[in-house]
Amino acid sequence: MDLLFYVYAAFYQFADAFSFLILSGIGLAVIFGMMGVINLAHGEFIMCGAYVTVLSARAGLPLPLAMVCGTLSSGLVGLVLERLIIRRLYQRLFDSIVATWAISIIATQGMLIVAGPSLEGIKTPFGSFELGGISFSVYRAILPAVALLLLGALYWLFVRTRFGIHSRAAMQDAGMAKALGVSTDAIYSKTFGLGAALAGLTGALYAPTMTAVPTMGSAFIVQSFVTVVVSGADVMLGLAPSAAALALIQALLTGFHGQLIGQIGLLVTVILVVRIMPTGISGFFLRGSGTK
Amino acid sequence: MLATFAIAMAIPAAQAADPIKLGMLEDASGNFAIAVIPKIHAVELAVDEINAKGGILGRPIKIIAYDTQSDNTRFQEFARRVIQQDKADVVFGAFSSASREAIRPIMDRYHQLYFYNNQYEGGVCDSNNFVTGAVPEQQFSTLIPWMMEKYGKRVYTIAADYNFGQISAEWVRNIVKEKGGTMVGEEFIPLSVSQFSQTIQNIQKAKPDFVVTLLVGANQASYYEQQASANLKLPMASSVNVGQAYEHRRFKAPALKDMYVTANYVEEVNSPESNDFKKRFHAKFPNEPYINQEAANSYDAVYLYKAAVEKARTTDQKKVAEALRSGSICTNGPSGKVCIDPKSQHLSHTIYLVHVNADHSVDIPKVWNDIKPYWLGTVGCDLSKKPDHNQYTPSHLPKK
Repeated sequence: MDLLFYVYAAFYQFADAFSFLILSGIGLAVIFGMMGVINLAHGEFIMCGAYVTVLSARAGLPLPLAMVCGTLSSGLVGLVLERLIIRRLYQRLFDSIVATWAISIIATQGMLIVAGPSLEGIKTPFGSFELGGISFSVYRAILPAVALLLLGALYWLFVRTRFGIHSRAAMQDAGMAKALGVSTDAIYSKTFGLGAALAGLTGALYAPTMTAVPTMGSAFIVQSFVTVVVSGADVMLGLAPSAAALALIQALLTGFHGQLIGQIGLLVTVILVVRIMPTGISGFFLRGSGTK
Repeated sequence: MLATFAIAMAIPAAQAADPIKLGMLEDASGNFAIAVIPKIHAVELAVDEINAKGGILGRPIKIIAYDTQSDNTRFQEFARRVIQQDKADVVFGAFSSASREAIRPIMDRYHQLYFYNNQYEGGVCDSNNFVTGAVPEQQFSTLIPWMMEKYGKRVYTIAADYNFGQISAEWVRNIVKEKGGTMVGEEFIPLSVSQFSQTIQNIQKAKPDFVVTLLVGANQASYYEQQASANLKLPMASSVNVGQAYEHRRFKAPALKDMYVTANYVEEVNSPESNDFKKRFHAKFPNEPYINQEAANSYDAVYLYKAAVEKARTTDQKKVAEALRSGSICTNGPSGKVCIDPKSQHLSHTIYLVHVNADHSVDIPKVWNDIKPYWLGTVGCDLSKKPDHNQYTPSHLPKK
């Protein structure tokens, strides 16, 4: 029995790290992984989702509805920014880095001025459960399942639906897609908005477990890029195995040697993966299946 | 040549009504802004009060403020600017110890009179540096034995992984050992970490009687909600929480239930001096969410500087520093009378044991009066006799 508890405790930690990596990266997987925009304001979309969630929950909305508000508001901000700024920067990699970095700084400082240095938080729902003398948060135990569901839904959206196919076509060859009657402008807008909304959802999901401060996006940004970069060329395929591999290494190292070694291990792994498999984990899989 | 001489002679007379320049390097934005904004406001309050009463030696004080953005590079850049370009008469600044250590060498190079108005890990023995915040012998020598008495002798420390956390943890370790307790665990956590599931599990496995939390910054603050939602149910002891970033007001109860903090001031202190201070503070800054201990320290620092300039009859930095370390510079601040210790150039403090209840209300089960910053003096730092520019720790003592 003790062994079972031990295994569960280890699995819980793995799943916890896994969901954090997946959820950090899921919005960026769309915006950077698919659209190729290096979005340094990714963390601020997450912050936006978290803020709206906390504010609407405190205004009396039930938490799930508040989370929907957080997601939608972030998506909306994404749509507007795409129209005003990002649209002009497709195929201009370095300009987009500078522009999104600027957006990130403006959003952080703007939020500090508008909403003050911190918001009173909301309580984590569902309480806790105990196994073998160790207690766990129920909410955090559920998050990995939510992360997997989201990933499944996103895969379905991009592989099975008309929007998804148009979107992938537009990303791959905009000219050809246009010639075949796809309105690429609208597709770009929607895809960017979707990425922003997913980032907002991440913020909404983590809002009850973190302190809402203007700089909270920075807590996600390293993990998000790491996960997306390691997943490689085909993000939709690579995201889950990439997060799983990184989470395994991080959870093991953190468990035995503490947070510092866990963080170092995570980053060393990324360097190794990028060196050994330049096309990421998905590239590795695709090579195995004979496609390119 | 003669003309220059004449101009040079004329300057002191012209200076009579020139403002005294107080350079302020504080983080109005970034990771530390929450705890630092009240400090900035406290300095503004003290300066307004002094200027309304005719300034210091008839000269008004002018604040030259720079937002250091919680970024050590900015600190160094603005430290040079405030000294070389603005020619500040005195500099106030820094929240984190990393920032202080980033600018202290610059202050030393230009012999700049510098006040660090923050609680910290202790040990700075520096002729140019005056410290108004509380130090470990004031915060830990009181807190840790009290906690061990009440809850037991098994202690687990989690600390921010930089000089503040490392040195504070060393103090905790030494006191626990000295009092016959056991360190059942110790972990140093990078400032960027915001997810604590594994740490919480490690703590549960070690079965401590209480946890010493020396966590710093907005990311690490997520620990409290996460430990509450995992139902950790262990009392916590800290030198940094509540008194700085008022976590008990910001977080949903009961995330901070049974947190014990030793602070030299918190807004909840109910004394005539404190209530009067709060009234004046809120009159000027009605929207201030919380008046923290560093606000009280910064406020005291302005008055200590004023007392020293009045004693020295000049703003000449060397003479003001001599006055400050004369042993007779005190002020009646929000937490009562505080005086500068001539040996260490640190401040004596009233230390309040602040306890957070399940509903996040606060009570003060114990008060230690007039705790001196004695440690540096006992290990051989005596700035009134020999100049120094080092930071010492229990494992790095001054040469005899």
